Parts: sequence; C-alpha cells; structure tokens
Amino acid sequence: MENIIIIGNGIAGVTAARHIRKLSDKRIIIVSAETDHFFSRTALMYVYMGHMNFEHIKPYEDWFWDKNKIELVRAYVNQVDTDKKELILENSRVLQYDKLIIATGSKPNKFGWPGQDLHGVQGLYSKQDLDLLEVNAPNKEICKRAVIVGGGLIGIELAEMLRSRDIPVTFLVREKNFWDGVLPDGESKMINEHIREHHIDLKLDTNLVEIIADENGRASAVITDKGETIPCNLVGITPGVSPNINFLKDSGLELGRGVKVNRFLETNISDVYAIGDCAEQHEPIGNRRPIEAVWYTGRMMGETLAQTICGNRIQYKPGHWFNSAKFFDIEYQTYGWVFSNRSKKDVEKHFHWRHSKEKICITVAYHKASREFLGINTFGIRMRHEVMDQWLTEKKDVDFVMRHLQKANFDPEFYKKYEKEIFNSFQGQLTPA
Amino acid sequence: MNTVDRNMSLTGESSNAISNQQKISSFIGLAGLAILVLAFFNTNFPNKTLWLSMSLGLITAGTIWFSKASYAHKHKGIKNDRVFFNSISGRGFWGWILGIFVTGFYVVLYFFPEYMGLVKDGSNGGVIALFDPLSKALSGNPASQWFVYGTLYTIAILAFGIKFIWKYRHNRYEIIRTVSVMFFQTAFAFLIPEIMARLNGKLPYYDLKNIWPLNYYNFERYRVNSFIDAGDVGMGMLIFGVVSIFVISPVLTYFYGKRWYCSWVCGCGGLAETAGDSFRQLSDKSLSAWKIERWVVHSVVVFVTLMTIAVIYSYLGNDTSKYWLTKDVFLIGSAAIMTLVFVLVMVFKRDQLQKDAKYGAIGYFVIILALIGFHYLSGEGNVFLFKSETLRKTYAFLIGAVFSGVIGVGFYPIFGSRVWCRFGCPMAAILGFQQRLFSRFRITTNGGQCISCGNCSTYCEMGIDVRAYAQKGENIVRSSCVGCGICSAVCPRGVLKLENGPLKGRIDSNQVLLGNDVDLMDLVNQK
Repeated sequence: MENIIIIGNGIAGVTAARHIRKLSDKRIIIVSAETDHFFSRTALMYVYMGHMNFEHIKPYEDWFWDKNKIELVRAYVNQVDTDKKELILENSRVLQYDKLIIATGSKPNKFGWPGQDLHGVQGLYSKQDLDLLEVNAPNKEICKRAVIVGGGLIGIELAEMLRSRDIPVTFLVREKNFWDGVLPDGESKMINEHIREHHIDLKLDTNLVEIIADENGRASAVITDKGETIPCNLVGITPGVSPNINFLKDSGLELGRGVKVNRFLETNISDVYAIGDCAEQHEPIGNRRPIEAVWYTGRMMGETLAQTICGNRIQYKPGHWFNSAKFFDIEYQTYGWVFSNRSKKDVEKHFHWRHSKEKICITVAYHKASREFLGINTFGIRMRHEVMDQWLTEKKDVDFVMRHLQKANFDPEFYKKYEKEIFNSFQGQLTPA
Repeated sequence: MNTVDRNMSLTGESSNAISNQQKISSFIGLAGLAILVLAFFNTNFPNKTLWLSMSLGLITAGTIWFSKASYAHKHKGIKNDRVFFNSISGRGFWGWILGIFVTGFYVVLYFFPEYMGLVKDGSNGGVIALFDPLSKALSGNPASQWFVYGTLYTIAILAFGIKFIWKYRHNRYEIIRTVSVMFFQTAFAFLIPEIMARLNGKLPYYDLKNIWPLNYYNFERYRVNSFIDAGDVGMGMLIFGVVSIFVISPVLTYFYGKRWYCSWVCGCGGLAETAGDSFRQLSDKSLSAWKIERWVVHSVVVFVTLMTIAVIYSYLGNDTSKYWLTKDVFLIGSAAIMTLVFVLVMVFKRDQLQKDAKYGAIGYFVIILALIGFHYLSGEGNVFLFKSETLRKTYAFLIGAVFSGVIGVGFYPIFGSRVWCRFGCPMAAILGFQQRLFSRFRITTNGGQCISCGNCSTYCEMGIDVRAYAQKGENIVRSSCVGCGICSAVCPRGVLKLENGPLKGRIDSNQVLLGNDVDLMDLVNQK
C-alpha cells in the first residue's frame, strides 16, 4: 500500500488528504506542528473576538480522521531527505514516504525593522500567534495601545480583533489608501473611512522605522518615518506572508520564494509535490500571481493533486478568479479581474458606483475596445458566484452585465436593491451630458 | 419569566464592556422583576393596577434601554463580540443561575400554581392577584397562572424583539420577521383569545395560530363540545383547526418552507428568536446530537398522533344513525390518510429519503398496528388496557409541560434556545418532513466562496452543521431548519441565501465548488 505523507494540516493538505481517501485506500499521514486537528485559519480572528470557541472553527469533528483512516502526527519536520524518501522529525523520529505533499503554508513577513524580535511584537497567522496575542493583548488594561504595521487583509483583521476588546489601535499603512495595490481608489477610500468609523487611528502613507524597547525588552513604542513616536504595548506586524519553507533548504528541492512547481504541482524531484500557499508556479497562470496565498486556491490545488496522486495526472487549471473578505462590517466579493489604479493596464476601463450614504459600492472592469466584461468588485452587495462565473466564461459585454446585474444579486430576501440606480448611473456615464 | 435582564456579566472580559447606561438599565429591569418576586412572596400591594403597570413598565423599559445602550452607538452589522466570554451567553456561572431560576419558575407554573397565589373557588393571592386588574380589563375574568405567564411571555417577545431588531438593524429579513413574531404573539396568542372570551364566554381559549399537534389538546372532548356549543363561531374555529392542519400549513410550507410558521408565526419560536437569541450559539452541532434529535422528535410525533386518535376515538360513538363520524369510520379514515402519505412518499421520494425510509416505515407501521389494536382490544374509554385519559395525561405531563416548558425554555442558557423545537416539537417535525421532501425552500450555497469559518454552524440555533454543506458547495435542505436567516447574516463571505425556488436542482448533492477547472469538477463529481 502506497504511503502518502502530507506536511501541513491546513486547507490545502487536508483537502488533498480527503480527496485521496475518496479515490483510494492509500495510507495517508498528515504531519503538523501547529495543531492536532485541522481548523479554519481565516476564522482565528473570531476566537479572539469571542464569536466562537476554538472548537467551533474545526470543520470536522475529532472522530472524523480516525473514521476516514487519515493518520495525524503532531510534530515539526526538521528535514526532508528526498534520496531516502524520509522525513526527520524534531524528536529524531523518521517517517518514510512513497509520495510527499508539502503544504506548509506561510509565515508572516518581517522586513528587518530594528526591534522586530522584541517581546510584544508579533504577526498573526498561526494558532500559536493567536495564543500569543492573548498574552500580549488580553484587554485594554494590559495593552493600552496597539500599533499595526502593514495595510492588508491580516492587518485590518487584527485591528478589528483588538477593537472588539476596546484596545486603542494605530494602523500604519505604507500606501496612500488602504490596500490600494489591490483595490481601485474609490473602494480603498471608502474602506479608509470605515476604518476610521471604527475609531482606529489610521495613518496612511506612513512607514515603520523602528520599534523601541523598554527596560524589560518589551516593545514600548514605535517610531514612524514621519518622525512620530507612538507609545504602545503591542506591535502587530502584518505586511503580508511568504512561504514557510525554511526546513527545505538542503533538501535538493528547487526553491524560489516558495517550492517551485510545474502545472501538475510536481517539484523537481519525483514523488514530491507542493500545494497551497507554499507552492510557487514556474510561470504565473493567466493574471494570477505565481504564489497564491488564498484559501480557495489551496483547496483547489488539493483537489487537483489528489487526482494526480491517484493515477489521473492532471494540471492545476484554476477557473475564473474569485475572492472575498470582510472589512469590519463591509463584505467584499470579487469575480474576474479588477485591478487597482496602480496596476491596471490601459485597456482596462472601470465603472464605479457608490451609494450616497451607505458604505456600498461596486466597480466593474471591462475592456475599453471590445467592452468585454473583465470582472467586478462589490462592497456591501452579495453576488451570485454561479452567474458571475457563467458571464465570465461566456465573455459577456459590460452592457449585458449591467443590464442583468439583478440576476446576480445574492443579498438576503427583502434587502434594498440598487441595480436600477447602478444601471442609470452607468448609462449616465456612457452619454456625457 | 424570560424578561430577566440577562446582561449583567460579572466575570470575564465582558465586565469591562458594561457601560454605566447598561448598569442602570439592568437595575431598572431587575427592579421591575423584583416587584413580581415580592408579589410572589405574598407582599400585598395596595394599588395593584399601579404596581403591575410599574413592574411591567420597568421590565420593558429596562430591556429596551439596555438594548439601546448596547447597540445604538455602534456601527450596524454583526454584534457577536465577546459572546463566548460573557458569563450568561457563554454558559458560565450566571448562565447556570439563570437556567435554574427559569426552570424553577416553570416547575411552579406547571405543577404548583398555588404558590403563585392561585386559589380554587376564591379570590387570587400572590403574584396572580397582581395581574387581576389587567385580566379583568381584557376578558372580564380574574387572572390565572396562565394569564400571568401569557403576559410575561408577550412582554418578553416584545421587549427582546426590540433588542433583536436593534441588534440586526442592517438586515431587513430579520427586522420584518421579528415584527411578524411580535405581532402574532401580541394579537393571536394574547389579545384575541382574551377578547373572544369576553364576547363569547362559551368559546374555549383558542390561539388560532396554534395548530395541532402543537396544541395537542385541541380535539379533546370538552373543547370540541364547547366549540359546538358556541354556535357558528365555534364551529368555524373547529373547522379552521382542521383546515389549518390539512390545507393551510401544507400549502404555505410548500411555497416558503416551514419558516412561515417556526420563525415567523409560532410563539415558541418567537420566544426563542427574541429572548432566546443570546443563547442560540449553545446548541449542540455534533453528529450524535443529530441522531438523537431524529429519534426523539419523531417518537414524539408517533406519540402525539396515537394519543390524539385515542382521545378522539374514546368519545366517538358506534351508532351510524346518530352521527356519521363513528369510532370505526374515524379509525379507517386516519389509517387511510396515513397510508396515502406513506405511499406517496415511497413512490415519489424514496431516493431522497435513503436509509431514513426504513425508519419512516417503522413509524408508519407502528401507528397502523396500534390503530388495528384500538379496534380489537379497546373498550369504552379504553385504549388497550389504559384509559385514553391516562395516555393524554402522560403526554401533557411529559411533552406539554416538562419538555416544552421546563426543559425547552428553562434550559435556554445551557442547551440553547431551540431545544424544544428541535428535539420535542411534533409540529416542527411534521412541517420539517414536508420541508425536506415537498417544498421550494432551501438555503443556497454560493459557489465556492465558503471559508469553513464555522459562524453559520455556531449560530444555528437548531444545531445544523451548516458549514458541512456550505464547504462542499451543497445547498442546505434540512428538515429541522426554521429559516431564521442568522446563518446567512453571520456569514462573513456572503455564502448563504435563504430562498424559494423550483424543486429541480434544489438538493444539489454535487460536490461542485466553483472556481475550479471544469474538467476537474466533472472528475470530482464522478461517484
């Protein structure tokens, strides 16, 4: 019986394991140093906020693994020996594999700031980070102010978490507007406003220079490039993540920023595969980045690789891009490609609509010449994935999409509909008065 | 008794978050409650109208002010911060205290009403006497323990309904639904029966929205007699009672799912959605809980069906010349209706029932055998060896009182707000059976957007593991779903939508997660 070892029990590794089990009776072992059981990483924030207990964010009950004969090993992998096809664990235990799947995810970026390793300075990625946050910032008495560095999805989540315990937050964002490397300016600016509505001291266009320690080696303040010193008890470092692959340095695997893989998710060494956040495509697929640190792509890679492992070798061919997030009270969904003002090409044109009072807006991207619908961002309006996916596949033009937008609406019943207003605004922009 | 202000948190992080306004409003609500407690311990208030108004007014005002202090200053959106740290909503010390207090209230209410001041053939004392002025104003009669209960129940739904609306003010589905339960409780359960009693003293107390088998007692001899004695109005109500079982409820459930009743109209549901909202996250989502749920709730259905048939059977006659509905006609008719349902399901929906079909068949045959048993083994007033009255009393005690009241509401802070609806309510089970098989209602999963966070499952008061479906891209079609809409509300990624649509493709068991390569989706769907 073939022995499959998966390093990492996140969404990518666990999805691969589940699908391999569906297709075969191979022996499956998942090794993780982080937790005994799979949990939803994107839900860690809700544990700190008291919306859920840790038990609730585990998608499968604990008996699931035994029942499906998926063996779980809690250990840190020190080294991979691809010649002997062995893993050497932290406790010197050795595990042998026939096929190895690397799904070790990411680790928080740190850019060499002075003081970045002090006590009270941390990222937010793992269960351990969450536990550490409970120590560093259990309440507003112990953590009188927090400074968050890095204006992305994890940064704003951390801000929301800390605010749920009334901890004052200063949020340093390098960009001119929040997440404007990804979002068009209109949307970024709306999120700026919403962040401030939640009583967060948002400092745009501001960089961290140094973290200052107190006499006990704990962070006590940060200095920004605007010359400001901000006293604080916690520094949240959230300028993105990068693949968690240090332990593979001497394994013979080809590494870039991540583990290099081809379209079949195969590495340069046979029987070794990499999926999820830690995999790096040799060539980007379409408009995608070579490393996609997203829940959904991790899941899709897991599903794809399970086929390959079980004898049906297929390429990783993700369909239309989609993603979602929530910024405090504002839900965000995206389908297809809508680029930010900074990174969009000349042929990409945007139609932007924003509600006069509510924090609701959409941006539709289309091709300037052909008017082909390229993608949509919505804030505060839910869209039906199936419909958007179909319109992208059928290459509908933007006029069709705007006319039929209500068909794609996925808001709960009785919600106010804005499609008519949006369509009128779109028509108005077409025929300049 | 569900108007207890449940928001004083003395432990955990949440104590930090209690503002002065919240403290004062809690005090006001508790002061109102204290008047009732004093009355309970036989404090004789001189001006009952004044003191009762003060008590109910303070409870209501305290709760509403607390809601305002909790939500009004915050940006609209999901308000679940610190739910699991809070002693009351997180099954902590105060949660247990509250549970014991409310359970105690129900025990007194159902089994020892004399402690509330109920006096047979005399004027009331204690807390019941305090409610006399209000009862007399409405129906002309002195209050009973049920009037006290009904009044407090209604106030709980109204005051906590306002709290709920404040909390979910960004969500129009929740607002409209809550206004609906507040209306049906106040008008149908509280005011109309009292006013009807004033207009026509012969009519039995009848909450028109309370449908058999939830009001298991509706077809008992004394009620049927008083319906008939009350003339056309009474007959109309009796006919409405039958029509609502066989016509109104199946039609509405077909179009909208059982939510039209369970979370829009029903009083038990109304209390769970308003006063019980703080406890919805405590329901058990494990697979084993689901197994227990199915056995228990369907056993209750069999029990209530047999009990009702036995009770009606016991007072029908044998002589066809006196009245067409005789013992035998009734038994054959009941058996025929059940056989019809059973055959229809087996012919058209067998594949959807899978292994549950076996259990359904067992339930069906138990009932049919029992009916045959009635015919051959029963004498006047007897069913088998028991008196039908014994069967009725057992049901009323076990299910009507202990299950729906003492456990169902008393244990809100321990097992969550829908224990009765999920494990005990035969009405919910029957509607659920139809919802699963013959209804346009479903919760649609939005393609591949689920991140398995677990908010939907956690906040499902019925203990449905919503995430288990959503993360596979499946629609959620579960008999127990009451359509409260909270899973959709708390979802951070816009994955869930309650909707009514065509039956085709409703139960989408394909493991299709959009965003993938189409060829892979085909492969994954091969079974």
